[in-house]
Amino acid sequence: MNPVEVVGVTRTFGSFAAVDDVSVSVWAGEVVGLVGANGAGKTTLIKMVLGLLKPSAGRIRLFGQAQSRAQRRRIGYVPQNLGLYTDLTVAENLEFRAEVFGVEGGEDTGSELVSVGDGLVGALSLGDQRRAAFAAATQHHPDLFILDEPTSGVSPLARSDLWDLIRQRAEEGVAVLVSTHYMEEAEQADRLVVMADGAVAAEGSTAEVIDGRRTVEITTDRWADAFAAIEHSGRRVSLAGRRVRVLSESVAAVSADLERAGIAAEVKLVAATLDETMVTLNR
Amino acid sequence: MTWAVSDLRVNFGANQALDEVAMSIEPASVHAVIGGDGAGKSTLLKVLASLNLGQSGTIRLPSQNRVGYVPSSGGIFADLTVTENMEFVADAHRLRDWRPRADLLLARAALGQFGDRISGRMSGGQRRKLAGVMALLPQPDLVVLDEVTTGLDPVSRMELWRLVAGAAADGAAIVAATTYLDEAERASSVLLLHNGRVLASGSPESVVGSVPGSITDCATPSNRSLAWRRGRRWRQWHPDDGRADEGNSTGGGDITLEDAAIVFELIEERRSR
Repeated sequence: MNPVEVVGVTRTFGSFAAVDDVSVSVWAGEVVGLVGANGAGKTTLIKMVLGLLKPSAGRIRLFGQAQSRAQRRRIGYVPQNLGLYTDLTVAENLEFRAEVFGVEGGEDTGSELVSVGDGLVGALSLGDQRRAAFAAATQHHPDLFILDEPTSGVSPLARSDLWDLIRQRAEEGVAVLVSTHYMEEAEQADRLVVMADGAVAAEGSTAEVIDGRRTVEITTDRWADAFAAIEHSGRRVSLAGRRVRVLSESVAAVSADLERAGIAAEVKLVAATLDETMVTLNR
Repeated sequence: MTWAVSDLRVNFGANQALDEVAMSIEPASVHAVIGGDGAGKSTLLKVLASLNLGQSGTIRLPSQNRVGYVPSSGGIFADLTVTENMEFVADAHRLRDWRPRADLLLARAALGQFGDRISGRMSGGQRRKLAGVMALLPQPDLVVLDEVTTGLDPVSRMELWRLVAGAAADGAAIVAATTYLDEAERASSVLLLHNGRVLASGSPESVVGSVPGSITDCATPSNRSLAWRRGRRWRQWHPDDGRADEGNSTGGGDITLEDAAIVFELIEERRSR
């Protein structure tokens, strides 16, 4: 029984299909990273899994059953803006949420996750606010945990602490679905689902998503001239330190651009990054 | 011209927002300022944009009208069209023959076809890109960008960076604060801030190379307080292991700037305890 089973789901708004024939599963204990450009359909998909939007076609089953109000209790959701009351303390937030879900107190999970005192949530560091939001969303012991940009804005160490909490839940058997724009964070997931234009464009490990794609990299003292020449040719160009990268797999074409501009350079194919792959999949 | 700040201090009441910060800013280069919330990134960038925060220290910066600054939110007039926003900047800086450059910058940012669009009605990514274009229009010597890519999707981010890289290729010095360390890895230099102090600085490679001890990749860490997750596996820092000149590559995968930043934060945590 998969915690999440999305089969052939489409959601239209008027004539526009925000999600178009998407199938996605999340297993117990698995962390799935949902990535894609804005407008790719990630938010619409998450809203349907949460039961806030109905699919126009296809079916969604949670824990082997059709979606229902009772099942919502088995989901913990942390939205990007955290969903906390900033003018209440952490304890008050946990207590309020515990009452809504009808669970006993919040102390157990709360004290384990948050040692942030009794100040108002609005006065805490962003990292502590995020920890508090995790505590609030998991104190009813959900079997499915859905997170939207879970570590945005926090320091690297605070980010690693948050991922420790996420991974602990997964090791306890919770299914985790994480939406993120941060590609290095996406690599924390066991499996990536890449959405583009409402559909699943790629799926698997980081290496499987990149799928051997390559990028042309130019090394030259005249990197600024090289950048200008390649940009002038209309190719998609970026900078990594003093090296110029071009979203192309043709060394010959890029070399020709540079020759025309009279620029001597080393031009070679290198492995594409996940970011570059995302951009390729989106156009 | 190389710009620089050193021994920079900013206090907000009793709170030391920046403490002995030093940074050298080269033309035709992208400098990334990294760190979490409350690290002092925005404060440093405001100083670089010549805003008066009561700062002290040695400060050598271009005059304020030669600095392009994009704050962490806003930077555009939401009720004006894209073209009107550009006209406003051109007017304020008394620019002449600016339209070809405006067209080039808008094209670099994939905003070429949105001239008549009310800017407040565009997507978040398009608004951030427009703010970047407006800051770059007067061809500033120094461009200061405060988390312009935070929350943007990968495609908008790439377009914004293409715009910024273009300005660097044209000779501008760029300082960009970001919490995305994969972005910082593509900069010429990075400055890691934490509680107003510089924990590490230099090229991304040198910051990674300057981690003391060694970092290993393992299935189960022997010391959880010195370890962090990488998917199902762990990375662990061994402070007293290996020699500094041996490098610190792991058995499984390269050490990233994110790994290095975690270690420098761990070191700071131990120091301040």
